Amino acid sequence: MTTSKPIEEMTYEEAFAALQAVVTALESESHSLEEALALYERGQALVRHSAALLQQAELRVRQLNGTVFAEES
Amino acid sequence: MNQMPLFETPRLSVSEFTRRIRRLLEGDKALQDVWVQGELSNVSRPTSGHLYFTLKDAGASLRCVMWRSEAARLGALSLRDGLFVETHGKVTVYEPNGQYQLIVDVLRPAGEGALYAEFLRLKALLEAEGLFDPTRKRPIPPFPRKIGLVTSPTGAALRDMLNVLRRRLPLVEVMLAPSPVQGEEAPAALVMALKKLNEQFGPDVILLARGGGSIEDLWAFNDEQVVRAVAASTAPVISGVGHETDFTLVDFAADLRAPTPTAAAELATPITREELLAALETNHQRLQERMTRQIAERRQALHTLQSTLKFYAPARRLMTEQQRLDDLTHRLTRGLTAHFALETTRLNGWRDRLETLNPLSILRRGYAVVSRVEDGRILLRAQEAPPGSNLHVQLAEGRLTVEVK
Repeated sequence: MTTSKPIEEMTYEEAFAALQAVVTALESESHSLEEALALYERGQALVRHSAALLQQAELRVRQLNGTVFAEES
Repeated sequence: MNQMPLFETPRLSVSEFTRRIRRLLEGDKALQDVWVQGELSNVSRPTSGHLYFTLKDAGASLRCVMWRSEAARLGALSLRDGLFVETHGKVTVYEPNGQYQLIVDVLRPAGEGALYAEFLRLKALLEAEGLFDPTRKRPIPPFPRKIGLVTSPTGAALRDMLNVLRRRLPLVEVMLAPSPVQGEEAPAALVMALKKLNEQFGPDVILLARGGGSIEDLWAFNDEQVVRAVAASTAPVISGVGHETDFTLVDFAADLRAPTPTAAAELATPITREELLAALETNHQRLQERMTRQIAERRQALHTLQSTLKFYAPARRLMTEQQRLDDLTHRLTRGLTAHFALETTRLNGWRDRLETLNPLSILRRGYAVVSRVEDGRILLRAQEAPPGSNLHVQLAEGRLTVEVK
């Protein structure tokens, strides 16, 4: 269920999918308290990471020749 | 020297003169139903809604007016100076300034008729090839990671699209394949931009866009090679060319047609950042609930165990035993009391019976008991007491001592 990829390096989709997996696991499987707490903490971290990705996202615009597209504002 | 006129020259007021000119012009049928073509200049549209302009060519100019009701039918057509147009109308004279002018009821870009015929021909051809077939249309991915833009790098369309993308889904990576969007070089450049974008960037969706303009301005988007390149694109294409009312062949070949560049950017991002944040919040809440419930379940289980443990606690056993002892003690006391009561009753019974057997009770009825003094023997026969014997006579109260004679 858990990938070895550190949460901080996940893309939004990866983090969101991982979060869904955590919630589902917590819902449907039985775990020791320790496991449940670990899942919960992982879920919290995934929520924080995903939200940060969404809130801090800046549109990246490039031009085909490889240069960063500079908008005249 | 002035020669005396043979006939008197007519004298007219300015008004009369102008009216004659007007009648002359308005009486010419050829000038009352005429097509005139030329270049637009001095376009003016005051708040009255009437449209004033001058048509000109290299050699002359013609003042024109288009009344508000007709001008309203022009829609989004942008009338700018220099545009070559065809107009239909009738000539008249505006008496206050003595100028003749064309009252225009139809205005269209020159050559539009021929362009439209070409548009229909090409549309029929490509349609017959199945290029516009609805089954060819691919779905637009709901959550694109990479969006390719094919448009002019300096146009308002690009700015509009970037604004929408930035607002709705700034997570996407945008690659601009700049291309001229009008002019002779535009079609080949658009085809190349689409090709390179597909090959070098691999976008999830491509937006092919251009802002509004005249039908000639949009003509590159009716180019056969451009239409074919759109149909052949690896990534699905959303077209957003011109305004709501403009339809180009690219629109028919695109997987999705948007009325404007802004709308194209919106259709490319069906799920917005706000919606993603809301979904995230929902999952966050679920996570909280699951964990809260897990802890609550464990707490409940612990509580149950604690109760059980308490039930079997030695202290409780002790109390139970104590209670049993108390109970027994109580029963014992109660039994004992009952026992005593019973015995007392029995005893009283026996005592009563004993009392009835008391010989002395007979004495009260007047009987006496006689016994010999010497040995105390109770006498039942007279011969047991010869004369001279001393006897005791026991009465109910007191005793006599007597001598037998």
